[in-house]
Amino acid sequence: MKKGVMRPGHIQIRVLDMAEALEHYRDLIGLIETHKDSQGRVYLKGWTEVDKFSVVLREADEPGMDFVGYKVLNNQVLEKLEQELIAFGCNVEAIPAGELDGCGRRVRFDSPTGHMFEIYAEKEQTGKWGVSNVNPEAFPRDLKGMKATRFDHCLLYGPNIAGTIQLFTEVLGFDIAEQVLDGEGTRLAGFLTAGMKAHDVAFIEHPELGKFHHSSFFLETWEDVLRAADLISMTDTSLDIGPTRHGLTHGKTIYFFDPSGNRTEVFCGGDYHYPDHEPVTWTADELGKAIFYHDRVLNERFLSAVT
Amino acid sequence: MSSTDSSNQPFEIKVVNRGKTYLCDQGESLLSGMEQKSADCINVGCRGGGCGMCKIRIIKGRFTSKRMSKAHVSPEEAEKGYALACRTFPSENMVIESDHFQIDEAVELGTS
Repeated sequence: MKKGVMRPGHIQIRVLDMAEALEHYRDLIGLIETHKDSQGRVYLKGWTEVDKFSVVLREADEPGMDFVGYKVLNNQVLEKLEQELIAFGCNVEAIPAGELDGCGRRVRFDSPTGHMFEIYAEKEQTGKWGVSNVNPEAFPRDLKGMKATRFDHCLLYGPNIAGTIQLFTEVLGFDIAEQVLDGEGTRLAGFLTAGMKAHDVAFIEHPELGKFHHSSFFLETWEDVLRAADLISMTDTSLDIGPTRHGLTHGKTIYFFDPSGNRTEVFCGGDYHYPDHEPVTWTADELGKAIFYHDRVLNERFLSAVT
Repeated sequence: MSSTDSSNQPFEIKVVNRGKTYLCDQGESLLSGMEQKSADCINVGCRGGGCGMCKIRIIKGRFTSKRMSKAHVSPEEAEKGYALACRTFPSENMVIESDHFQIDEAVELGTS
């Protein structure tokens, strides 16, 4: 958080059919539906998140990710980073307060990998859902599906991850927590954090611009991940792979797809990172084990199926 | 009206480029019907019309379809018979060609 970026704040995901998407994100993953705006976008959040929303769904002809936003400490940080983004060479656009209901002014910028990002300082805080902030109970009793606790991170595919990682580390103050290097020392994957988590965003080198690999939601325990797998079968949801463990970050995980083909992860556990930690490195010759620690081989779908 | 509409007989799906034919149960998409028979002649991706891995060209046969990503099947391509197998539901026996998914390699790797 050395430049004042606190955490992932929101992700806007395009879906082909809103009703089907809500069965996935609300009823299956268990996010809380908090709002629908005048454009028809639906806002959701994990129950432990204090801000009003962290996931925005927009119906469109083409699935994928519109943008992911990070919350910064305050407006002074926002203004300073805005200038630094312009100096870095990003195309920067100011999005006025209220374009997303309940969210303050956003600074949107492009990146070498072709993804759109945002930073913002203010969003309506409605508190954790279903529990008080004073003498809080352990959890709300009427959660649905996988009972996801929060939007945790996303993994993005694109060309020139070196450029986007430079943008995130030098301008936004993220650290490289984990990485995959090939024999020549070229970084094929970078897992970046703004705080102590193993990743707040991750990038994998890929020839197409601006591709979305997955959005990820945090669960408490391995038992919760296994229960998520049961729910995936019960609902005949398209499974990618898991339950398994990653070598990278050591998270315990399962991957599946929303009804528009956007990949979703739910996971638990994982490594932590402090600013004085050297990046954890996996070598490309062990890529199978780095991605899927148990199978130790990659499936073609994990590399190619992106939106 | 095709004679097969009123029966519950599965449809015969011929995948010419793989030299394989499988039986697709009625009500299933071309892709899920193939997966149920372990026929392994169309690549499986997201199964939701988003990733494009199951892109095919339809040579013959009537079908209905659900919404699929325009990034992978433009309206012009749809006119020419391109489709995603996960969003295509046969109404009769069909002849198709699989393996039409291509990653756009126009952007060079690792330019920094």
